[in-house]
Amino acid sequence: MSCCAPGAEMALEVANAASASPSSDEIKLASRSLGGDIHQTELSVPTVHCGACIQAIEAALGKVENVESARVNLSTKRVSIRWHGDDVPPFFAVLGRLGYQAHLFDPEIHEKDKTLSELIRAVAVAGFAAGNIMLLSVSVWSGAEGATRDLFHWLSALIAIPALAFAGGIYFRSAANALRHGRMNMDVPIAVGVSLAYAMSLYETINHGEHAYFDASVSLLFFLLIGRTLDHVMRERARTAVNGLSRLAARGSVVLRDDGTREYVPVAELTPGMRLLIAAGERIPVDGDITSGNSDLDCSIVSGESEPKAVSAGTHVQAGTLNLTGPLTMRATAAAKDSFLAEMVRLMEAAEGGRSHYRRIADRVSALYAPVVHLAAFVTFLGWMVESGDWHRALTIAIAVLIITCPCALGLAVPIVQVVAARRLFEAGVMVKDGSAMERLAAIDTAVFDKTGTLTLGQPRLVNASEIDPTMLAMAADMAAHSRHPFSRAITAYAGFAGEPKLDSVREEPGFGIEATAGDDIWRLGRRGWAGWKARTGGEGRIGGYGGTVLSKNGSIVACFAFEDAPRSDAKATIRQMKEAGVSVDMLSGDTEKACGDVADALEIENFVPALLPSGKVEWIESLTRAGHNVLMVGDGLNDTPALRAAHVSIAPASAADIGRKAADFVFLRESLLAVPLAMEISRKAGRLIRQNIAIAIVYNAFAVPIAILGHVTPLIAAIAMSASSLIVIANAMRLQATVKAMPEATPTRRRSDVVGVAHP
Amino acid sequence: MTTLVYLIPVALFLGALGLSGFLWALRSGQYEDLDGAAERILIEPDDRPGDVLQSK
Repeated sequence: MSCCAPGAEMALEVANAASASPSSDEIKLASRSLGGDIHQTELSVPTVHCGACIQAIEAALGKVENVESARVNLSTKRVSIRWHGDDVPPFFAVLGRLGYQAHLFDPEIHEKDKTLSELIRAVAVAGFAAGNIMLLSVSVWSGAEGATRDLFHWLSALIAIPALAFAGGIYFRSAANALRHGRMNMDVPIAVGVSLAYAMSLYETINHGEHAYFDASVSLLFFLLIGRTLDHVMRERARTAVNGLSRLAARGSVVLRDDGTREYVPVAELTPGMRLLIAAGERIPVDGDITSGNSDLDCSIVSGESEPKAVSAGTHVQAGTLNLTGPLTMRATAAAKDSFLAEMVRLMEAAEGGRSHYRRIADRVSALYAPVVHLAAFVTFLGWMVESGDWHRALTIAIAVLIITCPCALGLAVPIVQVVAARRLFEAGVMVKDGSAMERLAAIDTAVFDKTGTLTLGQPRLVNASEIDPTMLAMAADMAAHSRHPFSRAITAYAGFAGEPKLDSVREEPGFGIEATAGDDIWRLGRRGWAGWKARTGGEGRIGGYGGTVLSKNGSIVACFAFEDAPRSDAKATIRQMKEAGVSVDMLSGDTEKACGDVADALEIENFVPALLPSGKVEWIESLTRAGHNVLMVGDGLNDTPALRAAHVSIAPASAADIGRKAADFVFLRESLLAVPLAMEISRKAGRLIRQNIAIAIVYNAFAVPIAILGHVTPLIAAIAMSASSLIVIANAMRLQATVKAMPEATPTRRRSDVVGVAHP
Repeated sequence: MTTLVYLIPVALFLGALGLSGFLWALRSGQYEDLDGAAERILIEPDDRPGDVLQSK
């Protein structure tokens, strides 16, 4: 793939390592039938970035047999494919050849965003009504008298009815709901103010009065709806993108029945005692015991251990681990709902309590704001009643107070800043779940990092390549190209030696290594004890740690390979930046003390705790929280998920386990860990702007409310003041765009030249 | 004054026309992939440059 963000591709390469194409049974299970024999399958393709990608994918899929149509949605990074016939067309292979990693999209999540379209419709209706009423009001203000004024007022009243009923309904429902449960929210003063203003204006109109507030009540709704829509768009956009990434749990498994038949069964219907066939590259669907077969399992996502674990008959395996090298037969010992995966979900839900009492700044302000506004309006009414005895005048002024204190600026202040900040983060490859996450991130003073997959890539890298004879290295790379074991992939990176060695036959011995014949020689690449059958083995050899992988020729060891989990690029710079920002950094891991110590030394982390269970991480975070710290958790594994939930705020890389991404507040798509300090910096700036905006709204009210209470507010002044306060708040939020641009530029998400370059091959 | 009798309904009608146009576009899914729509204008329906010359 020639186009788009290199960073995102790297991140997804990592994800590739942990997922394989689903079987056709699995695709069928996830497809929707459209009647006849036409099916629709939704795929999530996170690397789609530009016009060239759209064209390449649609053209390639369109040519596949049995595919009726393929349509790319760039905003949600999804492809929907309509196909017919009984056999599933090879979408994944086609996309894979183009260089796109695709994932099945869960049909349960696939629901159209009804709230958003309702909000947009409401904004459109309110905008239409506000524009027209304003037009009529301007004529009244500029001197329409008598019958003309009455006509204009009546027209305004008519136009306002559908706007209030349709657009205002969102606020009325929410306010009614809040009141029914004995709570107060910002929608209550809005609903009261708008409906009182309308009723009062109608009374005025009937009695040929001079002033009507139709314009104020409708444009109030219009501005507030804009704020609410922005808020919603931001949350929803990030959520769909996060949901769209790959799923961790297997959807089902091939069950071997007693009569020898094989059947694909959805994961929910698996029961203990069933015999399951797990091919290489599939995930273990439920906990169980291996009955036959040898293989390596990638457990990094479950336990945090970076080295693949060899398994054979009798080993107990956990749901969610990935079978790497050989086919296995296993006996399920737990149903899906009792598996390790389900246990993690329960731990996560239990840990969630700590965060649920966080209240967004806007909510906290409005909790104070709403009673004050109502009290002010009520006192004004009483005061004017005592003063003048004219209930009509008193009520008019009280309504003016309600309207001029409208939380318009307040309603816009928070979402507009958050939308601008989320946009900046999105461009830098960081997705935000919701606005409160940014507020929480701005307040942290302690950061806790997981090791495997977060500080490191969770992918082994060959560290002693320079010490190995290049001929042997090329030989090993050629052999390794035939295997999908993580170590093999690390060695394959060194392929391409000029003097191409010729291999006659290659076969993989699951759990041990690869054997190849070249001429009369037998070469083996794999475990020391197996490959070097003539050499004296035992011990880890000169190179410790992950040593134990060797290349042998006719039984004599000719090369040793040492592997190390490569730290993410910029991990060290990230830690330094975090410390400079006044945040203390800890590392927690389920991995061994030695592996942790190496990484901690390399990255200059003083505090680390090795060999922790998932619950241990949660306890560690809880004790920090009790000590009064606001903790940021950065982690990716399934074992980090409860900790992600327990922390004040959490960040996960895109390569994280699916449930980990769901638990996290932020997800970063690029390989670089610098996304963490960047997200923190933007959040802190956004926090400052939000507080400024709230201050502006309060200052505005401090001036406007006394004037309104004294009865000097005409509809013209109210409208101008209201719009001006909103505009000031928006302008202030836009400053974030300017300040953040001064930061080191992230890789651009798309390059126009590539689009042209690919479109004209 | 009499012109208003025509102009106001005309203004409201045109506004309502625009509004219903927007609502129709919204319902028919034209706002579902804004990024895609922006990129699709760069895609030529038939992108073999040779064809242009041959057709002359």
